Amino acid sequence: MPKTLFEKIWQRHVVFSEPGRPSLLYIDLHLVHEVTSPQAFEALRETGRKVRRTDRTFATLDHNVPTDPRPFKILDANSAKQIDVMRENCRSFGIQLFDLDSPSQGIVHVIGPELGLTQPGKTIVCGDSHTSTHGAFGALAFGIGTSEVEHVLATQCLWQSRPQTLELRVEGTLRPGVTAKDVILYIIGRIGTGGATGYVVEYTGPVMRNLTMEQRMTVCNMSIEAGARAGMIAPDQVTVDYLRGRKHVPQGAEFEKAAADWLSLASDAGAQYDKSLVFQAEDIAPQVSWGTNPGMVVDINGRVPDPNAFSDPVERRSAEMALEYMGLKPGTPVQEIKLDRVFIGSCTNSRIEDLKAAASVVRGRHVAPTVRAMVVPGSQQVKAEAEKLGLDRIFREAGFEWRESGCSMCLGMNPDTLSPGERCASTSNRNFEGRQGKGGRTHLVSPTMAAAAAVSGHFVDIRDWDVPVATGASQ
Amino acid sequence: MKPFVQHRGLVAPLDRPNVDTDQIIPKQFLKAILRSGLGKGLFFDWRFLASGASNPDFALNQPRYQGASILLARDNFGCGSSREHAPWALKDYGFQVIIAPSFADIFYNNCFKNGMLPLVLPADQVEELFQLVQAKPGTQLTVDLPSQTVRDDAGKSWSFEVDSFRKKCLLEGLDDIALTLRHEAEIEQYEKAHASVA
Ligand code: SF4
Repeated sequence: MPKTLFEKIWQRHVVFSEPGRPSLLYIDLHLVHEVTSPQAFEALRETGRKVRRTDRTFATLDHNVPTDPRPFKILDANSAKQIDVMRENCRSFGIQLFDLDSPSQGIVHVIGPELGLTQPGKTIVCGDSHTSTHGAFGALAFGIGTSEVEHVLATQCLWQSRPQTLELRVEGTLRPGVTAKDVILYIIGRIGTGGATGYVVEYTGPVMRNLTMEQRMTVCNMSIEAGARAGMIAPDQVTVDYLRGRKHVPQGAEFEKAAADWLSLASDAGAQYDKSLVFQAEDIAPQVSWGTNPGMVVDINGRVPDPNAFSDPVERRSAEMALEYMGLKPGTPVQEIKLDRVFIGSCTNSRIEDLKAAASVVRGRHVAPTVRAMVVPGSQQVKAEAEKLGLDRIFREAGFEWRESGCSMCLGMNPDTLSPGERCASTSNRNFEGRQGKGGRTHLVSPTMAAAAAVSGHFVDIRDWDVPVATGASQ
Repeated sequence: MKPFVQHRGLVAPLDRPNVDTDQIIPKQFLKAILRSGLGKGLFFDWRFLASGASNPDFALNQPRYQGASILLARDNFGCGSSREHAPWALKDYGFQVIIAPSFADIFYNNCFKNGMLPLVLPADQVEELFQLVQAKPGTQLTVDLPSQTVRDDAGKSWSFEVDSFRKKCLLEGLDDIALTLRHEAEIEQYEKAHASVA
């Protein structure tokens, strides 16, 4: 029987199964951060349990971390406390922590791949819904709650009911100026924020094959925004090339052996998914979100929708409430929406290619006087590489703030937040009410669209600009 | 964990779809290092005005819903962030049962880990309950897990599905980790067989 990528990984990881109940799955890699772990460690202490596999558990500090120049004293007492607790937990349970002075520190979903901890075929969990990011490598990666964090720490296993599989296939070739971010926003706009609930998604088709690893991560990152348990893309030569030489992958002949195994994980020809949907790349334009969930998106040349256009009464009311929160009028052309802030960062779009793409837009231009714009590299490695390439200078000269790595204004648990009423073009993944700061208004876009919006002071169609924008691995 | 068998309580409606966990418990409360005491942050941005005063327009603030322990919600409840602070906050506030046409996956799972029941009913039945609650102040429901039914005091009942394993765990208040450690031998065997996997 031909098998899907998901089925192959699942089968390899079943420790125990019995009809009529979930299977016990082995977890290869557990990533930990300061926000969702304190209660799990506390429970281990109370029950006298240990961390079973400290060699498969890695921790970073990202959500609470200020993005000011380091070193600094964390002024928010609760943030400082949570960070100290993470340090103490790592010390006493014997877990490696990428602390603020580590060259490997960064957003958990940025550092896993860049250190080569993330590998095809692995089961990967983290107390964070965007763990789906790691699925870009052909890993089965998903977010868990704190009780499950505790469970994995204690047992290195998880009880999982077998999800169904959903193939999301994108045919054709992306048009110039259209990025991986636009692809995933477009898909969520089509299937809705609950459209993939209960499924593990596999993204297939020529568009995915032509994306770089970083672009694939952007796509898989937002799987959770469609409700998916996980999102994945079959490993191929692009995956292997990305991983070769990274710190935690096997070296030399061992690497070649591992690579051959990884490539064998791709879904077999004729493998069956429980459901398949097909999209056409040529239909996709740069996307901008107008509402308060990531399914509320529109093409850059579109208009803010009229709630009366929704036939379902629940959807209509939800659109009305979203427009009220967002301070937008139905029918407003998206390109007339003016911005106060621009945020380039987050585990969706803070990698080196994202920063290069944004820099290519702002080079020689300047941020509009009405806009405050910032770039927050996803990790210390990304930051160092960007500085080597001189991207920091391009951004600074254009009037952007160039900051230290962390989650920053993606969720504003640190000092980077929107003020009430402020409107922001953001490369992050969630436009929920208050996500970036109470009363803040978030519009999700790609890095190039965010950069162009920063320069213009309002949204613009990046396709009208004369910039070299790479959309695929082959370009 | 305390077993969940039957629950009777006052119902409060939250009439909007896609309620995300950022809304259920905003980020400033995620800096906690304990599970307890999060009820004060539940739906914080909706419950309180900028001045800090209670928002009279928000359903949970209305006198008729004080003391509610069953939350009636719409589609895709609990979407977004995996934060278990969301069920912790709901539970700390007093909710034991959440009824909705659908839930986001991680939130759904997190509820069971905390002895709470996320209960799925078809959208038309949820609508019926919304109307019932609206029409009759003080509406109470009885949720019976063994028979998988919800009853109102007029004798009307609705039946619901729940995975048999999750049901057993709730009924017995089973500790997941203890359960897993019964499989220690299998875990060790798996680790031996896969020792070479880095
Ligand atoms: S960048 Fe945002 S979405 Fe990603 S892990 Fe941090 S807070 Fe979560």
